[in-house]
Amino acid sequence: MSEIRALIVDDSSVMRKIVERALRQAGLDPLVVHEAGSGIEGLDVLKASQVDLILSDINMPSMDGLEFLRQIRAQDLAPGVPVVMITTESSEEHVKQAIQAGARGYIRKPFTAEQVKERVLPLVRAA
Amino acid sequence: MLLNGVRGGSFARSPRSSEREGKRTMPMSLRESVQTVSDPRSLDASVEEVFQLMLGVGCARENAHPATGQSESVTAVVGFGGLLSGACVFRSQSDVAMKIAARMTGMEFDLVDDTVKDAIGEICNMLAGAWKGKVPELAAHCGLSVPAVITGCNYSLRVQAPEFQLSHAYSFEGAHFSVTIVCDGLQ
Repeated sequence: MSEIRALIVDDSSVMRKIVERALRQAGLDPLVVHEAGSGIEGLDVLKASQVDLILSDINMPSMDGLEFLRQIRAQDLAPGVPVVMITTESSEEHVKQAIQAGARGYIRKPFTAEQVKERVLPLVRAA
Repeated sequence: MLLNGVRGGSFARSPRSSEREGKRTMPMSLRESVQTVSDPRSLDASVEEVFQLMLGVGCARENAHPATGQSESVTAVVGFGGLLSGACVFRSQSDVAMKIAARMTGMEFDLVDDTVKDAIGEICNMLAGAWKGKVPELAAHCGLSVPAVITGCNYSLRVQAPEFQLSHAYSFEGAHFSVTIVCDGLQ
């Protein structure tokens, strides 16, 4: 697999590291990770760097994950790049909102590396 | 004392949306299902799920709560807002908090630094999310705040006349902690 550039957006640095570890366990290697602690920081990263995959939390200060997703589309940043939401919010309502905002996948916290593999790898391969 | 501090309430249901969806909507009141919401088994299942998946350990329910005396303890609070207002509170001694953070990150800690506080806040966030996810009405119409983490010695948290409170003690590998769900308002 060629090098994958992933943007991980979560206000928890611990969760960013756990998601990165799960991506590596899923076989995304070589992997280059960009990190952001909020939606606003995530937009800044996307303006400066190209990525192949975006994973974002929903509940974050400054700008939450759903607004981040809407802004990506509104500003035409990262066109065609799959976005996967990784969040504690698990209701159908939240999934629907995320899909409407442009998410291609949804993983509920807590998660296993296997779940990350099942939901992320097909998106990366198809992109 | 309101413990929540949930921002926005973006998932609170508006009267118009429930009118549009007619009879298929979730109930606007949790009062009729308070028994389900306050079922202690939901909290036990949530703790088991989070610790098994994030730390790879099983947890045992304890009868006695861990002592919270002179030594430093770590408390994380995640607020609920929407159909239910209140909070999920995680509390442990600092050595247990460091053990949990070490399990999550693969790092070693000898003090409660920002990474440990971050890890405990995230554990509390996942506990709150897993617990509310057990009740469909709450999963859809109860928001979570970002976690707040408190460290220190010899402090207590008090909520005046909650609607209900679940407070359970648990242990894994000899490490003790407690998780409390406080509900101070139900719609």
